[in-house]
Amino acid sequence: MAIITYRDALNQALREEMRHDDRVFIMGEEVGVYQGAYKVSKGLLQEFGEMRVVDTPITELGFAGVGVGAAMVGLRPIIEFMTWNFALLALDQVVNAAAKMLYMSGGQFNIPIVFRGPNGAALQLSAQHSQAWESWLAHIPGLKVVTPGTPYDAKGLLKTAIRDENPVVVLEGEMLYNLKGDVPEEEYFIPLGKAQVKREGDHCSIITFGKMIHVALQAADQLAKEGIHADVVDLLTVRPMDVETIAASVRKTNRAVVVEEGWEVCGMGAQIADVIQRECFDDLDAPILRVHQEDVPMPYAKNLERAAKPDVPKTIAAVKRVLYL
Amino acid sequence: MPRKKSDTTDTQLRRELMQQMLLIRRFEERAAEAYALGKIGGFCHLYIGQEAVGVGAISVLREDDYVIGSYREHGQALARGMAPRVIMSELFGRSDGSSHGKGGSMHLFDRNLNFLGGHGIVGGHIPLATGVGFAINYRGGDQVCLCFFGEAAVNGGAFHEALNMAALWKLPVIYMIENNRYGMGTALERASAINDIAERACSYDMPNEVVDGQDVMAVRAATQRAVQRARSEHIPTLVEVRTYRFMGHSMSDAVSGTYRSKEELEEHMKRDPIALLRTEMEKRGEWSDADMTKLDEELKATVEDAYNFADASPEPALDTLYEDVLAESAPVGEAAGAGATTTH
Repeated sequence: MAIITYRDALNQALREEMRHDDRVFIMGEEVGVYQGAYKVSKGLLQEFGEMRVVDTPITELGFAGVGVGAAMVGLRPIIEFMTWNFALLALDQVVNAAAKMLYMSGGQFNIPIVFRGPNGAALQLSAQHSQAWESWLAHIPGLKVVTPGTPYDAKGLLKTAIRDENPVVVLEGEMLYNLKGDVPEEEYFIPLGKAQVKREGDHCSIITFGKMIHVALQAADQLAKEGIHADVVDLLTVRPMDVETIAASVRKTNRAVVVEEGWEVCGMGAQIADVIQRECFDDLDAPILRVHQEDVPMPYAKNLERAAKPDVPKTIAAVKRVLYL
Repeated sequence: MPRKKSDTTDTQLRRELMQQMLLIRRFEERAAEAYALGKIGGFCHLYIGQEAVGVGAISVLREDDYVIGSYREHGQALARGMAPRVIMSELFGRSDGSSHGKGGSMHLFDRNLNFLGGHGIVGGHIPLATGVGFAINYRGGDQVCLCFFGEAAVNGGAFHEALNMAALWKLPVIYMIENNRYGMGTALERASAINDIAERACSYDMPNEVVDGQDVMAVRAATQRAVQRARSEHIPTLVEVRTYRFMGHSMSDAVSGTYRSKEELEEHMKRDPIALLRTEMEKRGEWSDADMTKLDEELKATVEDAYNFADASPEPALDTLYEDVLAESAPVGEAAGAGATTTH
């Protein structure tokens, strides 16, 4: 095991997969000469050259489409969005082209492509740069959506995503790039669509994914000091969703809190709550509660931004409420 | 098609082009009838009047080149060699269709013919063509990608983003504007700040050309020049082909009377691409009324066969509903160091 950053874990995944398969290339803004806006692609240009590490103009719609076209004829592109906020400009290509091509061609053209980049809020970047898009993307049949929260998960999920035959959206966390964690020296993959119980407990399930896993684990640590033991489920992949692991946890604890970075309305938590009420109706001892971003565009001021974000105190409060404490 | 001993290569070529254009004409006429009868649903955009564009351009390609188009692609699919039976079945939403009934009129694909669709968002497929060009260069190939779209697409961002990258990276793509004068019901001059839209290429220092889209030989020649440039020098070209559609935008609007006059339509119909080629062939003494009648009868029979085949083709089985949403992926290795801890 080595302790490396989330950024370096992603970089290792890219490097290993580009060495493994010369059809794999990375394309996006500043991925080459600049070494990546967040340095995720550091050193790749030097190792693989400019045909496989392609700096693009600032044209998300255009280069996302270039990736889809290249995937149609046999390449395996990794499209880096400098952030998912900018990827909104490319949604036509992600949704209308990549996600639907296999279906509307009757199985003739699968699109093995990865769309990746940082998602969600960082610090004081204000409304247009602080958004979490999981529920938008998870809504679309034909996409897989993964949300790694740790260096180990980031590397294993990205490697699997690159090997997948379908369009896979990888939502990284801007605030996670410097996070350190154990990553094995030997090669490994994490299967898509499998959740992981990151902490065992039998009083309440906290279902979460992505960056919010850290909020959930910190909340669980503090709750444990009060004798409340939370079962923390990290979905890892939000589409396809691992319903079995969610249901098994809730059947054990009989209570659930969902923690997500995005907004409440039509958010991931709504889907997860629906899954729980269908699978575990008779097991529930309390309504499912949700912790999420407040229903406002992200404000700039430090105190307002803090108030808008889901956090540890909100999570603790929600867990206590479902326990009627 | 019977060939006389005296046929020159050019004569044979013109006969083949005539055969393809007339096939498209008869196919589209039958599709219009089928639509009126409710055999075809949804949107259905016909190619009548524009046959010389797809036929002329595709006729110069190699088998390993790529073709991609918009939702007005029946004619291009036929010109590329897709079987009338398979296309008609797709229009009918039947299991023998090219997408087994999941695509319909706007989404014809044929992997074996490098026919890459069939795309329904105006301009959305233009970046895909750029990506195909990128892949050709990536592999060091000498194929080209021919991309068809309407003149209305040139006002959207996808067009500009795609052409800029193709010129910047020297990609072997031919961007072919089928300028049929109307984006649905909006005339070119009501939508575009410049009317000579081939000039848009100047923004990207890209070679460009304007060509008479009713003259199949002219389309062919212009495409040949662009293909040559793409294949040997990896330089993209923007070709503006000036044509006219003789039908409405789709099957759901009137042929004339709202956004264009009957007189205008009739004026343009005097330059029917099939009639123009016929005149040319007759002038050369290589085509007779009897040839025309014979070919027409053959093609009507082909189209009738396609219609009957499609009509008899079963609807897709309901258990195919969830098929082809995702492709199967080979399982990858197990997670190593299971339970690996994380430093927070």
